[in-house]
Amino acid sequence: MSLETLWFIAIAFLWSGYLILEGFDFGVGMLLAVIGRGETEAETNDKRRLMLTTIGPFWDGNEVWLITAAGAMFAAFPAWYATMFSGFYLAMLVLLVVLILRNMGLEYRYKRDSARWRGSWDAAIIGGSLLAPLLVGIALTNLVHGVPINAQGDFTGNFFSLLNPMSILGGITFVAMSLTHGAFFLALKTTGEIREAARKFAGRFGAIAWVLLAVLLIWTNVHTGTAWSWAASVVALVALGSSAIADRAGRDGWAFLGTFFAIGLTAATYFLAVYPDVMPSTTNPAYSLSVHEAASTHLTLQIMTGAAVVFLPITLLYSAWNYWVFRKRLSPANIEPQGDPLGPVEAQQHA
Amino acid sequence: MDALDLARWQFAITTVYHFLFVPITIGLSAIVAGLHTWYLVKRTPELLRLAKFFGKLFTINFALGLVTGIVQEFQFGMNWSAYSKFVGDIFGAPLAFEALLAFFLESTFLGLWLFGWGRLPEKIHVACIWIVHIGTVLSAYFILAANSFMQHPVGWRYNPQSGRAELTDFMAVLTNKVQMVAFPHVLTSAYLVGGAVVLGIGLWLMRKHPHDRGMYRKAARVGAVVTLIAGAGVAITGDAQGKVMTEVQPMKMAAAEALYTTRDSCAEFSIFTIGSLNGEQERYAITVPCLLSFLGTGSFQGKVEGINDLKRELPAQITQEAQARQEPLRYVQPPDAVFTPNIPLAYWSFRLMIGVGMAACGVAVLALWFTRKGRDTIPRWMVWAAIATPFLPLLGNSFGWIFTETGRQPWLVYGVMTTATGVSGNSAGAVLTSMVVFTVLYAALAVVEVKLFLDYTRRGADSYHPTKQTAEDEPLAFSY
Repeated sequence: MSLETLWFIAIAFLWSGYLILEGFDFGVGMLLAVIGRGETEAETNDKRRLMLTTIGPFWDGNEVWLITAAGAMFAAFPAWYATMFSGFYLAMLVLLVVLILRNMGLEYRYKRDSARWRGSWDAAIIGGSLLAPLLVGIALTNLVHGVPINAQGDFTGNFFSLLNPMSILGGITFVAMSLTHGAFFLALKTTGEIREAARKFAGRFGAIAWVLLAVLLIWTNVHTGTAWSWAASVVALVALGSSAIADRAGRDGWAFLGTFFAIGLTAATYFLAVYPDVMPSTTNPAYSLSVHEAASTHLTLQIMTGAAVVFLPITLLYSAWNYWVFRKRLSPANIEPQGDPLGPVEAQQHA
Repeated sequence: MDALDLARWQFAITTVYHFLFVPITIGLSAIVAGLHTWYLVKRTPELLRLAKFFGKLFTINFALGLVTGIVQEFQFGMNWSAYSKFVGDIFGAPLAFEALLAFFLESTFLGLWLFGWGRLPEKIHVACIWIVHIGTVLSAYFILAANSFMQHPVGWRYNPQSGRAELTDFMAVLTNKVQMVAFPHVLTSAYLVGGAVVLGIGLWLMRKHPHDRGMYRKAARVGAVVTLIAGAGVAITGDAQGKVMTEVQPMKMAAAEALYTTRDSCAEFSIFTIGSLNGEQERYAITVPCLLSFLGTGSFQGKVEGINDLKRELPAQITQEAQARQEPLRYVQPPDAVFTPNIPLAYWSFRLMIGVGMAACGVAVLALWFTRKGRDTIPRWMVWAAIATPFLPLLGNSFGWIFTETGRQPWLVYGVMTTATGVSGNSAGAVLTSMVVFTVLYAALAVVEVKLFLDYTRRGADSYHPTKQTAEDEPLAFSY
C-alpha cells in the first residue's frame, strides 16, 4: 500500500473517531432540551448537571479529534485541506462560531449560580450540539457528492452550492445518529429516571435514524459506490439495527457499541466511496482532486507515519484510561449540591 | 480594503487574541502544578487552597485558549489556502504533531485533574496537572517550529515540477536556529505572565482578604520569584534572539531600531526617536552609543546594516536566490515593490515589548521588598501596581508577536513567498464577514471571561477541604 493511501485511511480514521466520540457528547448536549427538563428550574438544572457530568471528563478530548483530523489533512494532503477549508468558507465560519459558543457553554454554565446565566449557556450547548453535527455532516457529504472545482483545483461555488439535497440529508442524518448515540451513552452512564428516559428516547428515535441512514447510504452508494462501500454500509445498518435490539434487552453497553460502529462505518462508507479522489469536481470529473495529486511528499508522509505509529497508540491508551477512570454510572446522589469544580465556593463574601 | 488586507487583519486579531490565553495557560499550569505538588509534600492547607484557587482561574482561561486555537488552525486553510498549498508539505507536519502530541495530552489530562479529585491516587492526580503543563510546552514547541520556518526557512527546497516548497530535512525544521532562540524566549515570557498573574492577584487579595493575608503573601512571593526568574530568562533569550535576527532577518532588526544607515562599528541603540520614523534620517533621538552593535552582534564594534542600504541590497539578493532555486519571481517580489516592514510599528512594538516586561519585573522586586521577613501588608499605592501587573507581560507578549510577525513583511515565508501570493481566492465580502463575526464574538467572550475572572478573583480561595477517596454513592468532588 502506498503511503498516500495509508494517510487517506488515517484521515478517514480520524474523522470517524471525531464523529463517533464527539457524536455522543453532541447527542447528550441536544438531549438537554428533551430529557433534561423538569417541572421547576431547580429540577431542570439538576437533570442537566447530571447529564453534563457524564460527558464532563471527555468532551474536550473528543474535540481534539477534529483538530487532529484537520491538522493531519494539512500535513498529508495540503491541497485537500486548502481547497476544502477555503471552499467551504462560510460553512466553516458558522461551524467555528457554533463550536466556540458550545464550548464556552460547557465551561461556563456552572461557574455562576443564576438561572439566567445557565439558561443562556444551555441554549448555546443545545444549539451548538445540534448545529455542529449538521454542518460537519453537510461538509463531509459534499466531499462524496462533489463540489464545483476548476482546473486549478480551486472551489468555484458558494455557500449555497454546498446545500444540495444529498448533503442536507447527510447533515440531518448525522444529527439523528448523534442523538441516538448520545441517548445510548446517557443510558449507559446513568441510573434511574434519566436512564429510563434516555432508553425510551433511543428506542423511539433510533427507528427514524435507521430510516434516514438507510436512505443516505443507498443514495451515496448509487452515486459513487464501490463493493467495499456497499459492504460497509450494510454493516453500518446492521450495527444500528442491533443497537435497538440490545437496548430492548437492557444491554446499554452493547447498544452504545452499535451506534459507535454505525457512525464509524458510515464515515468509512464515505471515504471508501470517494477514494481515490479526495474531492470530486462536479464541474468536470477531470478536475477532481485525487489522493495522489493532493498528497505531500514521500518524506513528509514517512515522518508523519513514524510519529503516528509511536504516538497514536499512546494517545488511544491514555484516552481509554480516562474512560476507565470515569467508568461508573452516575446517579443524582453523585452530584454535589454546588457545581463548582475545584471545591465549594463560600456563599458569603469576605469584606 | 481588499481580501488580502482583511485576511491580514483577521490573522492579526486572531493571533493576538489567541495569544492572550496561551501564556496564561502555560505559566499558570506550571504554578498550579507546583503548588499542588508542594501541598503533597508539606500538607499545608494553604497550598491546596491556592492550587485549587489558581486552578479555577486556569480553567476559565483554558477554555478560550482552546477554541481560539481551532480558529487559528482553520484560518490557514480558510484565508491562506495558496500558502497552505505552497508550504503544506513542511508547515503542516508540526501542526499535526502539535495536535497529536500536545492537544490530546492537555485536554485529556485536564479532564482527569478536574474530575479526578478523590477518584485518583494523589500522586497520579498531581501528575495529571504536570502532564497538562508538559502538553502546553510541547504545543508551544511545535507551533513555534512552524513559525520559525516562516521567519527563516530551512530544511526545504523548491520543486519546479510540483511548484511548491518541499521538505528535505525535518530535523533541520525542528532545530532551526531561529526556533532555538524563539522557543525559550516565548516559554520564559509565558512563565513571566504566569508569575505576574499570581503576583498581582496575591498582592491584591492581601489587602482585600486580610484574614487570609499570610496565604496570599505566600502566593504573591511565589509569583514574584517566578516573575523575576522568568524575567531574567526572557532578557537572556531575547538577547540571543536579537543576534540571530540580525543575522537572518537584518531588515527586521534595522526596522526595530529605525536604523537607516549602516554602521560599520559601534551602532547606537535608540531609546526614543522623534519625527524621523518614516523619513530617511532621524531628527532627534536619545541613544546609547555602541549598544546596538553589542545587542546585534555580541561586540561593541560589530557592523549593523541600515534600512536604506538593505533596501538596495536585499531585493537583488532575494531575487538571485529565487532564480537559483528556479522559483517563479512572483513569489518573492511584492506587488507594491515595498521591501520594508512598517517601520514605526516595528520600532515601537519592539520598545514597548521590552518596556512593559521590565516594568513587571520592577513590581516583582518591590513586592519581594514589601513582603520581606514576614511583613504582610503593602502600601495602598501598590494595589494599583498589583492590578496592572498581570497586564504588563500580557501586553509585552502581544507587542512581541506584533513585532515579529509584522517585521517579517512583506513576506509570509521570509525571502520565499510574499504575503500577497499566499491569500485564498475568497471575496473581500466573505473575509470581511468572518472578520466581523469573529471580532464581535471575541469581544463578547472577552467581556464574559474578564467578568468571571474578576468574580472568582474577588471571592478568593475557598476554605480547606482535603480530598477523601470518593465512595460510589457519595457526591463527586467535581460535577457540573
